[in-house]
Amino acid sequence: MPMSEIEDRARKAREKKALYGTDVDLESYESEAKPHEEVRSAEELPSEVKKAALDVGVSLDKESSGAYVQMDQSPVIARSMFEGVEIMDMASALKKYDWLQDYWWKLVAPDADKYTADVARAPPAGYFIRAKAGMKTVFPVKSCLYLGSTDVNQRVHNVIIAEEGSELHVITGCTTPAHVQRGLHIGVSEFFIKKNAKVSFTMVHSWGKEVEVRPRTGITIAEGGSLSNNYILLRPVKTIQTFPSCTLAGKGAVASFNTVIYSTMGNIDVGSNIFLNAPETSAESISRVVCVGGEVIARGRMTGTVPGARAHLECVGLLLSDKGRIYSIPELDGRSRDLDMSHEAAVGRISEEELEYLMSRGMNSEQATSVIVRGFLDVEIKGLPEELKQEIKNITQREDLKGS
Amino acid sequence: MVWLLELEDLSVSIGGKLVLKNVNLHVGQGETHALFGPNGTGKTTLLNAIAGIPRYVVEGGRIIFKGQDITKMSMDERARLGIGMAFQRPPAIRGLKLRDLIKIINPKADAEALLKEMDFDTFGGRDVNRGFSGGEVKRSEMVQLLAQQPDFVMLDEPDSGVDLENIKLIGQAINELTQKNIRPSSRTKSGIIITHFGHILEYMKTDRAHVMLGGSIVCSGNPGEILDQIKKSGYEGCVACLCPR
Repeated sequence: MPMSEIEDRARKAREKKALYGTDVDLESYESEAKPHEEVRSAEELPSEVKKAALDVGVSLDKESSGAYVQMDQSPVIARSMFEGVEIMDMASALKKYDWLQDYWWKLVAPDADKYTADVARAPPAGYFIRAKAGMKTVFPVKSCLYLGSTDVNQRVHNVIIAEEGSELHVITGCTTPAHVQRGLHIGVSEFFIKKNAKVSFTMVHSWGKEVEVRPRTGITIAEGGSLSNNYILLRPVKTIQTFPSCTLAGKGAVASFNTVIYSTMGNIDVGSNIFLNAPETSAESISRVVCVGGEVIARGRMTGTVPGARAHLECVGLLLSDKGRIYSIPELDGRSRDLDMSHEAAVGRISEEELEYLMSRGMNSEQATSVIVRGFLDVEIKGLPEELKQEIKNITQREDLKGS
Repeated sequence: MVWLLELEDLSVSIGGKLVLKNVNLHVGQGETHALFGPNGTGKTTLLNAIAGIPRYVVEGGRIIFKGQDITKMSMDERARLGIGMAFQRPPAIRGLKLRDLIKIINPKADAEALLKEMDFDTFGGRDVNRGFSGGEVKRSEMVQLLAQQPDFVMLDEPDSGVDLENIKLIGQAINELTQKNIRPSSRTKSGIIITHFGHILEYMKTDRAHVMLGGSIVCSGNPGEILDQIKKSGYEGCVACLCPR
């Protein structure tokens, strides 16, 4: 899409409200942030950034295939540590590669809503990660998007390209330090998973109580490609609304979405929108929600358009407070014969029987509840490197995730 | 005899229906008792009431454990005081690994050794009771009790659904829990077991047996004799013969 068209469409969509989620007043946020200097390595990052990154599973000191760190609007680290992976900040990548224009705004429309329009009108910032053809990363690429100033509107536009036959694991932690109470994060992400490429993408969010978040994600998977997409949100937030769209475009493509949410407040509206458009494709979406406060809307939509596509949706929620709400919306749209699509949705409380069982072993009611809650959040994700599995386990098994 | 557990005129209801009527039972330190009776006669209710499950409401009488009235004590307090239970049909717990549960029950326990003891080492990484067969559930219960080391162990049909080879293993674990492998005078731990078929009794030692009918204990005596009579003439016949009213 020519730049002029992107700008034109974005301008026209400035006031366009999103289909879902509460409406955010963009004018009430600062669009300019104080720039931050680039640093040579993770050791030079301010300690509060390193600490915040660790809290969202991004251990920058451990072995990785590369790293990207963005503070507010400034990329401060963009570095590959493995020849098979290219990592750059978006502005540099767009300057270096003319062909990147063919990917830019291809899977997310600049005029999808006022948030995408806002990102399209801002100078490009975000990561460009490209796994080269046939190259397999062993260690994950680690990225941290850090919103470090109050009242800032952080806009990010990321592109991931996994070339044919490559393997790529990415963990992205999006976070604010404790002193930033109010802010807005809009993140546009476009993932291109090419023939026989294998990608895992794990995103951990940890925001402040007055932070609003609007990720906009588009994914396409070619023949034989696969994606394991994992989203974890365990900390308070004011509002989040995201509904990533994923198209299984090539024969045998596979997508698996795992969502783990522990809600204490705010309005959380998340899900996935998966299109099975090629033969022998399969998709699975599993969400686990624990709500002790706030409103969680868990959406899952699967559209099967070709014979033989297989899809399964699972939304399970534990509602542990009168002050909370879990609204589970599983949708299956079959548009062909010979489809195999199913869903399972349940919202309930902790079973008395399970509680009593654990109490008979000596745990008090609070301990037993917490053990059940943590067990519930412990989603087993296949195909992740051991370190990532461990990071996810550490995060979802924190002692402070209780029943109330 | 020093009593570890004393039930005095215990009456218990579930959902407003009286199930146990004036049960009296004394279990001495170091003793293991067997509880027989037809289905629906209140055996499981009795164990659940001793464990303190809240929906088993004590309508009258007292439960004394280690000389202390525990009738109003919560389940977890009773467990910490030394009461342990192997459930007949325990629930599965999603996401909780058996190995991790053992560590929670007793941080000092050697989880791997206990799992191995019950020939259950391949189950340590599985969710507790999830997808376990009937016999596997029983071994999972025994592993947990071996970690808990209660002073008074209650076993609700630990042999149902268990194959012959594993019945022996479970019998050995019960003997260990009830200290049948040491001199009688040194034993301090006690137990009570519900069993229908008595196979398990060939592999473990019991000191006394009771027959329950209609929510009450109606006959007590030597385990071997009672089991023989039940096999010969049924529960009613056994009571009529050994404990004529």
